[in-house]
Amino acid sequence: MTVDGQSMKMNRRRFLGALLKGSACIAVATSLPRLAFAAWNEKAFKAETLEGALSNKYPGLEIVDSTALKLKAPAIAENGAVVPVSVKTDLPDVKSISLFVEKNPSPLAATFHLTPVNVADVSIRLRMGETSNLIAVVESGGKLHRAQQEVKVTIGGCGG
Amino acid sequence: MNIDRREFLRLLGFASAAGLLPLNSRAANGDIYNLPTTGDVRLLHITDTHAQLKPIYFREPSVNLGFHDALGKPPHLTGLKLLEHFNIAPGSSLAHAFTCLNFTEAANKYGKVGGFSYLKTLVDRLRDDFGVNKTLLLDGGDTWQGSGTALWTRGKDMVEACNLLGVDVMTGHWEFTYRDSEVLENIAAFNGDFVAQNVKVKEDALFDGSPAYDEDSGHALKPYVIKSLGSRRVAIIGQAFPYTPVANPSRFIPDWTFGINDGDLQELVDEIRSAEKPDAVIVLSHNGMDVDLKMASRVTGVDAILGGHTHDGIPAPVEVKNAKGITLVTNAGSNGKFVGVLDLEFGAQGVSGYHYKLLPVFANFLKADPAMAGYIETMRKPWQSKLEEPLAVAGELLYRRGNFNGTFDQVICDALRAVNDAQISLSPGFRWGTSVLPGQSITMEHVLDQTCITYPETYVREMSGGDLKAILEDVGDNLFNPDPYYQQGGDMVRLGGLDYRFDPLQTMGQRVSEMTLDNGQKIEAGKNYKVAGWATVGSQSPGEPIWDTVATYLRDIKTVKIKKLNTPVLINAANNPGLV
Repeated sequence: MTVDGQSMKMNRRRFLGALLKGSACIAVATSLPRLAFAAWNEKAFKAETLEGALSNKYPGLEIVDSTALKLKAPAIAENGAVVPVSVKTDLPDVKSISLFVEKNPSPLAATFHLTPVNVADVSIRLRMGETSNLIAVVESGGKLHRAQQEVKVTIGGCGG
Repeated sequence: MNIDRREFLRLLGFASAAGLLPLNSRAANGDIYNLPTTGDVRLLHITDTHAQLKPIYFREPSVNLGFHDALGKPPHLTGLKLLEHFNIAPGSSLAHAFTCLNFTEAANKYGKVGGFSYLKTLVDRLRDDFGVNKTLLLDGGDTWQGSGTALWTRGKDMVEACNLLGVDVMTGHWEFTYRDSEVLENIAAFNGDFVAQNVKVKEDALFDGSPAYDEDSGHALKPYVIKSLGSRRVAIIGQAFPYTPVANPSRFIPDWTFGINDGDLQELVDEIRSAEKPDAVIVLSHNGMDVDLKMASRVTGVDAILGGHTHDGIPAPVEVKNAKGITLVTNAGSNGKFVGVLDLEFGAQGVSGYHYKLLPVFANFLKADPAMAGYIETMRKPWQSKLEEPLAVAGELLYRRGNFNGTFDQVICDALRAVNDAQISLSPGFRWGTSVLPGQSITMEHVLDQTCITYPETYVREMSGGDLKAILEDVGDNLFNPDPYYQQGGDMVRLGGLDYRFDPLQTMGQRVSEMTLDNGQKIEAGKNYKVAGWATVGSQSPGEPIWDTVATYLRDIKTVKIKKLNTPVLINAANNPGLV
């Protein structure tokens, strides 16, 4: 569809801008209740080891390594302070997605609680102090599905 | 392919027997460049010329270690091991081109290599022989940086040279070490297509109005281009150096994010295959050869990855098997020394056969293209006297390339220590930088060939022994991590005044041991040392540019004789085929 030869297709920046200005209230209204009511699992977030964080976050659930979730993160971080990470999966009935940075002082970095209408595709930026394994865990079907990758935080320089 | 190589050698043999080698006259010895022209399309490939417009000497490495899956395989073969693997006769001109063996003697015999006016003659000939409308010239990047004139014109002298050369498609790495606005200006002035699927505008920058090639996908630049070659169509996807903002300053390109992004690449290949239905899909890559080999095993649907970055002159492609077929992986050396020629034949199912040669560009075997030669001379004129200033005489062969200190690195490190009165010096393990033969005058141009970057500032600071170890371990892991995706493709940091033992097979934190000063004193983790260096990636250093430091030192010493090469004692490397 064109108007005066101009494409009606809204470009990404204008779309995002419009979304912010026009729809901000609606977006907040729908997402706030979940944020407010999702229980803050203090023990899990304050745990200082990966095992502690996992067992506090998901007590008693079996963990299986899985290729059914796609963890996307850089092999070498461009900036350890803001490492872009995304997780998506086609697993059914996803209740939550959590990200753990093994060597961070508190390994549990984030948990996303999902409802059945949410698409299991989340992204976030994590702070990483040093080279570490990054572990993504998807809670689905009463089990934990895990994928992991090493993200290297390097001094940099000396390239080719 | 073997027949072609034998044929090549046979022709070289004739040339030699006929007394045409060594040559001072540029006689009509084009025979060695006379290739069969049976394929359907021809892809010419240059990479990592590092702005070397004039012919130069370039010594291939004597140390290019490979371990784990890379042990004993290209590109981790040097000297006789490389010659044996590729069936190249020792003592031949090809042996000289591909190895460091008897370098000085052979360099005197065969003369200089590369130079854009000779490259132009060869490229034009390879196009004309095959058919101009069926031939593409691809440039893997690291072309707009590496010389004084490239720095002073912010890469523009090279953009013009590439336009004259007729580069059709390129990708980049050091091209991104100018400011982002300059990068975009240079790309706009470039007549070909600059492609990079793995350079994206950061989301917040996009939101703030930073320009993008495609706002929906986030691509900062065109990810690929389809070129029509006669009746055939070939997709060329760009893969820029994935770790540019890590290995080089991100402050010049704050809005862009890089990465290997092989998942994105797979999606793009699939999309191109289904939507555009090209006859072939080629990735023009600046990953480095080890990364390309891994990527070829993971990403399907790519016919060939034409690679650069690691400066590996590899005579024949590696055929990498993956889930859906075979991908060819090549690497075409550096400094304008080689032109890769990939001729593809098509059958009912796409690519059905290929011929590949990596042709050395011997300036003595080719006539200079007058238009290109004229351009280079005119462009250099304003800086000529500065470039040609003799600083000292090389008392021995000076070179850089290799996993650890080369002799020219040692000159830089010694200069840093001498001029700054430092105990220890650090210099980056770049793989570019030309070679100077014994007896040759070391000019300012040679120094700039080794040092010309947009962040050349030097520093002098106190560092603890622990900090020094951390730096060595960090860079060592960038080179020897068993997983190529964690390697950045540079060589080990160069050192002055510091010796150490190095075990590439250990893990990060365990490779470096027994660090000592030149006088044998042990480096202590908690003690501070006075360290000089240059090329800081994080922020600008306060000192003079490194080339001034090196020039001061060279003018002072007059003749270069390396007293001590600070190269480590290697553990677990004695019989490595990457070691001469």
